[in-house]
Parts: sequence; C-alpha cells; structure tokens
Amino acid sequence: MSEIDPTLRDEQYQLRVRDLHKSFGSHHVLRGVDLDIERHKINIIIGGSGQGKSVLCKHLMGLLKPDRGAIYVDGEDIVPLDEVAMNRVRRKFGMLFQHAALFDSMTVEENVAFPLREHTRLSRKKIRELVTDKLELLGLRNAEQKMTSELSGGMAKRVGLARAIVLEPEILIYDEPTTGLDPIATKNVDNMIAETARRLGVTSIVISHDMASTFRIADHIFMLQGGRIVASGTPGEILRSDNPDLRLFVETSGAVKFTQGRARGGLG
Amino acid sequence: MAQPRSDIAPKGSPWWLRLVDSFWVQLLGPILKGLETFGHMLVLLSQATYWLFRRPFRWREHLAALDFIGVGSLSIIVLVGLFTGAAFSLQVTDTFRTFGMESYIGAMVTLALVRELAPVLTALMVTARAGSAMATELGSMRITEQIDALRTMAVSPVQYLVTPRILASVLMMPLLTMVFTFAGMLGAYFVAVILLEVDHGLFVAETEWMVDAYDIKIGLIKAAIFGLVLSSIGCQQGFFAEGGAKGVGRATTRAVVYSCVTILMLDYFVGDILLIIYESPT
Repeated sequence: MSEIDPTLRDEQYQLRVRDLHKSFGSHHVLRGVDLDIERHKINIIIGGSGQGKSVLCKHLMGLLKPDRGAIYVDGEDIVPLDEVAMNRVRRKFGMLFQHAALFDSMTVEENVAFPLREHTRLSRKKIRELVTDKLELLGLRNAEQKMTSELSGGMAKRVGLARAIVLEPEILIYDEPTTGLDPIATKNVDNMIAETARRLGVTSIVISHDMASTFRIADHIFMLQGGRIVASGTPGEILRSDNPDLRLFVETSGAVKFTQGRARGGLG
Repeated sequence: MAQPRSDIAPKGSPWWLRLVDSFWVQLLGPILKGLETFGHMLVLLSQATYWLFRRPFRWREHLAALDFIGVGSLSIIVLVGLFTGAAFSLQVTDTFRTFGMESYIGAMVTLALVRELAPVLTALMVTARAGSAMATELGSMRITEQIDALRTMAVSPVQYLVTPRILASVLMMPLLTMVFTFAGMLGAYFVAVILLEVDHGLFVAETEWMVDAYDIKIGLIKAAIFGLVLSSIGCQQGFFAEGGAKGVGRATTRAVVYSCVTILMLDYFVGDILLIIYESPT
C-alpha cells in the first residue's frame, strides 16, 4: 500500500480504504481491509463467494457503516458522515447492481431519467435527449417504453449502467456484472465496462469472481480473502504471484494458467 | 437480530441451568424481537418526520400516495359502510322494538358508527388494502436492492417511499372515516325507515339531538391515530424485510396482523383517554 497520507486529495488514487472492519452478529466479514483505488483505471476486486466483496462494495458508497476503519474519497473520510452529507459524496458515484436493481414500476426511460429528474433542473425535452443518447450508446435504441420485466438479463444490466452513468459520475461500481449471463452477453458487458471507462474517463471498481472477464479488462486486481486483501497488482503481477490461495482461485477457474509468470489461454 | 443466544448452558450443564437457558430463549426471545420491531418503527417514524420538512418536497409522491390510500379505498369503504350500517340497524331495530325504544334507533346506530365502528372498520379495511400493499411493495424493493439503488443515487428512500405513505394515511383516514359514517347512516336509514318502517321523524330527530361535534371529533382523532399506526407498521415491515420472496410474504402477514391487533387494542385505550380529555357534554 502507498504511504501517501490518505486524507490528501491524490492525483493517482481516488478512493482509499484503511483497516476496515465489519461484523454481522458473530460473523466477522471484513477484518482490516486496506485498498487503494487508482483514478481512471479499471480496478477489479476478486474473491470467492461469501468473502465480503459485496459488503466491501456497499461500504465504499456508504450503504453500510463499518465497525472500524476509514474510507477516503478524494481525501475525505466518509465514515463519520451523516446521510445528508453522504448524499453529497454519493453524487460522485454510479453503481450497477448484480441484478441491475431497476425500478420495476417504471419504464426503461423513466429509470434512466430518474437521477436527472432528481438532481438537475433540465427540461423534459433535454432529459429525454440525454436518456436516448445514453441508451443508444449502450445499444438500447427503441427500448425506452419497455417495462423492466420485458428485458433480458443483459439488457437489464445495460439499462442499469445507463442509469448509473447518466449523471456522468467520477466513480462507477459494478457488483458482479457478469453473474448469470451467457458467454456472449458476458463479453458484451466486459466491452461495455471497458468502453465506458475509456469514453468517460471514470474510475471503475468491479466486484467479480469471473476470472476470464477480470483478466480481459482489469488494470489492477485485488484479491479479497478471509476479510482482507491478500494480493494486489496488475494482471501480469497477479499471474507472477506465488500466493497459493490466489493461484488456486485463478487456476481453478480454468480461464487462465500460471506458466512461469505468463498467462496462457482463456484471455479474450 | 436481537435474539438471546442459547449458549449459556453448554452440554453437560446442570438441569436447572438448562431450564434457565430454555426459559431465557423461549420467553425473552419474542419479547426482545417485539422490542426490536417497535424500536425500528420509532426510528423509521422519526426519520419520516425529519424528511417531511426537508427539500425536495415530493409533491408527486405525496399525491400518488393520497390517491392510492384515499381515492383507491373509497369504493370498498362505501360498500362496507353501507352494509355495516344496514346490519347494525337491523339488529338494533329488532332489539329496541322489544323494549319500546324505537325513537333511539337512529341515535344509537349513528353514535356507534361515529365513535367506534367507522374509525375501527375503516382502519381494518385500509390495513387490508393499503397497509399490506405498503409492506409488499417496500419489501420487494428491499430484496431486489431497489432501496439501495435509491440511496446510491443520493435519494433518501425514507423521504421518497415512507414519508408520503405515512402522511397520506394520517390525512386520508379521517376523510375515509367520514365517508364510512355517511354510508353507514344511509344503510341504517334504509333498513330502519324504508324496510322496517321506523318513523322517519323519530329516527332523524333523536339522531340530531344525541350526536354532536364532540362525538365526531373523537372518531376522527381515532382515525388519524389508526392511520399513523397502520402505515408505520406496514412501512416498517416492508422496509426492513429480509429473506427473499418468503420474507416479503412474512412481512405482509405481520403488517396486517400487527396492525389489526394494535388498532383494536388502541381503540380501547385511545377511547378511554379521549373520554377523559373531552368530557361528554351529553
């Protein structure tokens, strides 16, 4: 971890986590997470089921309060903030949930327009234009009037992403974006994440246990295990790692192989 | 979850310690759970009140809630009111005639409707229709992460979802109670005067003489309190639902059962307090 003072706004790191602990009853989920998220990069947090990836992700946006530790967003510790102050910080974020979490009482257009209606004073016409732009950007032309129940899994994720990026946030969090998708839809979502990061210059944080996707798009990979970050580095560094847990996790996926520090096969 | 752990008496402990352990888990568990639910409800209610006075004022959500709880419940309230008044009038007429008290039929039916039947039955009908819907709607939003999604978009879910529902219930319950009373009186009049040939003059005159604003006030205050109770319980159960579709089902069942029991219990206590505060002029 970098030694730079986490309370300072840093050009390299946008989000820093220090000694984060969280328990639910007697279950100690996070046991001292330290994390430095690089600005404008695709940062992927990997780890097995039940290791606390989604819990960590919810802490980053202030949806859960930790028992101990600090989370710095652009140098500001968000842990002590109340809900009103936290809403100010949340405007820097966009989030795509595992199952998209679209409002099922609204159409696709209303879903995507929701953040604009809440936080801007734009006219209806301008909102409609922006919504159409975002939907077209994600290949969802003519889906505006569909209800969310009419969407496939991949389409719902794209609508969720359109809603997350419509206010052009600085940080985008994806909670297991490829879970439950077929290989083609998975590749499309990967491309969507990479393309969004490139076009909008956002800092991306992806929670995943999909190794093929991870090595396809990641700039930086963190492995969360036993409530701690046990390994971190670029995909190349990860493949040269001699951490046995990491090697087991990555190799078992079958997506990539460790061969004298170089990846072989499975990378799209 | 506030659940006492059953580990104070490990295996091999003396029988009396295991008995204490069992007593602790079986008896105190539900009490602690009840206190936890009550605490959640109070916290949610205080947050809803706090967000009521903070911008943005969500007129659209308030109007939608007023429409759903008030206008949406109107037809069922009229129907239930009509038949309640009719059935009550039928029984009262039959009994009062035996004692030669026909002149009191109108007053009796109206007083019972205004003070008791209208606020309580309206609250039970609104619980069945709107309170259960609140728990189901908020519960499914909770388990599909729509409530978390609202928070990620810097929107307070309490202000967006809970405050309009509670406010609308408190405002609409007295109005629906008045509609219930009116419908009940129509039903009672039809049965007593048209079908059972009670004298129209007696029915109306005694009602005018016996029932005054004081009685109506008691009914309406009760109705507003019941509105607060049923919406707080419905929202609390939905907002804190967990455990998938089964959890939503449980939340809905609890919302209806807790609301009905609380309303019927409160009816006595609120009635007693109101009788002390407003000494009857009659």
